[in-house]
Amino acid sequence: MRRVAITGVGVIAGPGRTAGEFWSSLLEGRTAIGPLESVDCSGIRFQNGSEVRGYSHSPYFEDRRADFMDRFAQFAVIAAREAVADAAIVWTPELRENTAIVTGSCVGGQSTEDLGFVEVYKLTHNRVHPLTIPKTMANAGASHISMEFGITGPSFTISTACSSAAHAIGQAAWMIRSGMVDLALTGGSEAPFSFGILKAWEAMRVVSPDTCRPFSRDRHGMILGEGAGMLVLEPWEAAAARGARIHAELVGFGMSADACHITQPSAEGAARAMRAALRDAAIQPEQIGYINAHGTATAANDPTETAAIRSVFGAHANKLAISSTKSMHGHALGAAAALEAVATILSLRDGMLPPTANYRMPDAECDLDVIPNKARPAQVEYALSNSFAFGGLNAVLAFKKA
Amino acid sequence: MSDELIERVRKVIAASKRIPEDRVTVDSSFEELGIDSMDAVEILFALENEFDISIPDEEAKNARNVRQMVEGVEKLLAAKSAGTPTAQ
Repeated sequence: MRRVAITGVGVIAGPGRTAGEFWSSLLEGRTAIGPLESVDCSGIRFQNGSEVRGYSHSPYFEDRRADFMDRFAQFAVIAAREAVADAAIVWTPELRENTAIVTGSCVGGQSTEDLGFVEVYKLTHNRVHPLTIPKTMANAGASHISMEFGITGPSFTISTACSSAAHAIGQAAWMIRSGMVDLALTGGSEAPFSFGILKAWEAMRVVSPDTCRPFSRDRHGMILGEGAGMLVLEPWEAAAARGARIHAELVGFGMSADACHITQPSAEGAARAMRAALRDAAIQPEQIGYINAHGTATAANDPTETAAIRSVFGAHANKLAISSTKSMHGHALGAAAALEAVATILSLRDGMLPPTANYRMPDAECDLDVIPNKARPAQVEYALSNSFAFGGLNAVLAFKKA
Repeated sequence: MSDELIERVRKVIAASKRIPEDRVTVDSSFEELGIDSMDAVEILFALENEFDISIPDEEAKNARNVRQMVEGVEKLLAAKSAGTPTAQ
């Protein structure tokens, strides 16, 4: 089995329009959560989100090309461009055929769909824009990435709610490991800010009226985010041979299903996914130094995740550093695991752990070292990134310092 | 709490949770009725529709049994008829 090197990263999200900007914001503990600009929230019980403020397609895409792309697909291509440039990929026809694209997205281009349905349902116009379908489909991100670079290998999209990007990255890693492809572009993208989607989230009563305070006793729920994160994966030997800079190694991928409840998380299911990732990486729990938590700041997730970590790590749980960067980039749904994978990879590379921002008071049910509010220097050899989706579908990635 | 109000809330809970109405009494706890957090959110939605009110998240969090739901609805109805805004 081939080892998997991460040679490129790309990000566009609330905290930054490049991976570098995103990472600096995270290390400064600066949250991108604030009043939403792209949607009028006056009829909604919450007003805040982590948005790519002032975004316009024009520095990135010609008008005619942008006409064909929902915001989520634009984000996918922007992050993919950065990741490919970061990895200094030199394309050949052969490589294009041997490259995979695996993206994650939860809601796809639903804001485009929302606009189309407003036309027929509310404005009683008789027609919807003909690009509604190709802009809405969840695989549009993968398709536009393939057209951007002329990639002709296996390309598809995975949709497992908040775990989408983790399942995508894990699947892409297996395609590299097995020898199926020689390069993979993988991650996730999401742009969930439309009035209809926000009303649906409001009805679930899990969104915080102010900000996202993971593991803090006074937490009031999650905050939605948008953006994309993309990684370039390649076989370790090939990356080393071409002299590529390797950010980190992807060493394990674990999955599980809770088989329990459509929204309530299960500590047992989460624990099984973490154990599966450790087993796949062939490492012991004591070797993990940092966990980028799922950490949504809902009443249910944070104590459940804490219990799951305690059950997997035993006494070592007290020596672990964990943080939820959702406190800064929000919960970007199908892109969340990609943003968090980038944060985890750069933590290993730079020896700096991002904090849990907005943290105010300890909660006895979340009694782990959550790196409150201030980044911490720490040389960590192995780290996990947790994703536990609605629907009980869990995915955990394990990374190693290069 | 008027009997009529209790009756309407009981009906909404029974219909939403799809359990016989006689199982739902004003003294039932959510636990006894097997109402989990997602069920509770659905019941709140049904109550908002039934009474044309808007139940704030903070109020919603405090309701853990049928009596508290009736009391909460009563308070919001009183505020509505007094013409004071009840929620954002």
